[in-house]
Amino acid sequence: MTADVRSLTWRLAVLGIVTVLVQIAAISQLKLLGANADLTPLVVAAAGLLAGSLPGAAFGFAVGLFLDLALVQTVGMSSLIFLTVGYGAGRLRELRDPQGAVVPIVVGVLATVVAQLGFALMQFLLGKDVPMDIDLIWQIVLTVGINAVIAFPVYSLVRRWLLPALPEDPRRRRRRAYTTGGLSPLSRA
Amino acid sequence: MYDKSVRRRRVALALLVACSLLLLTAYFGESQGGGLHSVQRGVLQVVTPIQEGASRALKPVRDLFGWFGDTINAKSEVAGLKKQNAVLRRDAIAGSDAVRMNAELQKLVGLDQSAGLQGTRPVAARVIGGSPTIWNSTISIDVGTGDGVRVGQPAITGDGLVGEVTFAASDSAVVTLITDSSSAVPARISRTGAPGIVQTGPGGPSDLRFNWPAGTGRIDRGMAIVTAGTTSSSDKYESLYPPGIPVGVVTRVDDAGTDTQQVHVDPYADMQRLEFVQVLTRRVNGNRG
Repeated sequence: MTADVRSLTWRLAVLGIVTVLVQIAAISQLKLLGANADLTPLVVAAAGLLAGSLPGAAFGFAVGLFLDLALVQTVGMSSLIFLTVGYGAGRLRELRDPQGAVVPIVVGVLATVVAQLGFALMQFLLGKDVPMDIDLIWQIVLTVGINAVIAFPVYSLVRRWLLPALPEDPRRRRRRAYTTGGLSPLSRA
Repeated sequence: MYDKSVRRRRVALALLVACSLLLLTAYFGESQGGGLHSVQRGVLQVVTPIQEGASRALKPVRDLFGWFGDTINAKSEVAGLKKQNAVLRRDAIAGSDAVRMNAELQKLVGLDQSAGLQGTRPVAARVIGGSPTIWNSTISIDVGTGDGVRVGQPAITGDGLVGEVTFAASDSAVVTLITDSSSAVPARISRTGAPGIVQTGPGGPSDLRFNWPAGTGRIDRGMAIVTAGTTSSSDKYESLYPPGIPVGVVTRVDDAGTDTQQVHVDPYADMQRLEFVQVLTRRVNGNRG
């Protein structure tokens, strides 16, 4: 295991533990119009988007497992959903490498929708009654809306935390050359 | 090289999916005392002090969020509350007569009501966490088997019934709220005594349904619903809940008087903002009235 991989692993581990603890101890209790933010899919999607599909999937699996254990839920359910979210976000980066400023928000919203629908589908498959009504759909929409608002700050925090352990990105190197003392090709001309 | 990395990625993904499915299957297959449940118990014990600290620290923020929500909801509730008030005033007038009669009857039979309440040995608990998804209505509390809390015991607040303990570790427990889709509470209409079951409806957490056999009386808006307790003489069919705990109020009756009528119930306890609950750790007389 290289130093980079080791560094990324422990940073992801700390991020996962902190995310789950903050979610269950704090965010879950802050209700706005009956709904609350769901930090977990946002963080998993951000990690996948920054680190790639495989670390994203592994991180999603681990976060889901910890969440299920800490909340005394059916073990394996959140793992399956969040590994899908992490893998999907990672594949998006590997195949398309989107660069727009709204990408974290769009990916965060999609991750939240996938997580919410995934939970509904799993409940249905496991034989639990899934109450589907306009009020419930409204709550899902509200959760997605709240997550859309906090998606960018969450992505920025995750990026800041993971950046030292991420492989060097050529675009980042290029940008840094212009902003850290070196002259840009234009000013030199 | 490329093929190798693609193959490695696919194998890793397949392994993770297989692990998740294995965990799901194993969890469903094992009993409450199984390995995965024991691990959950261990994790809960580690997480509980952290949750407790965060819960205390975040109380002001929670109150602020609650204030925003209340302000938005208050306006829409005024009209409904005015109508409800009129119904309750009528009930109060009728009730005052019943109170007088009750006091006389209590004197007659020498019933010590307070002893009955103490007999359930309530244990106060702080709510230290909640489920982040709307698919699981559960809360974590800071008392557990060390305080006499066991699976199947009811949890209440000063307003009414909250739910049932569904998981207990040594110093913490999980309460499944009556708004969870797995919950079913044997209840009755306080005024008429018509029995039924309170279950979650296909709506939000504040929209429960009172399912009752048709033709056992009329149900109107504003009627109070309380737990029925054990109605069977057999010990095999004991209710988890003592009789008379307030559950909620009837807010609407759809298709009244028909076989398809739907009775909507708003729980008395505010499930969105639970801070303290009491777990009734002892059954008195098999929860019979």
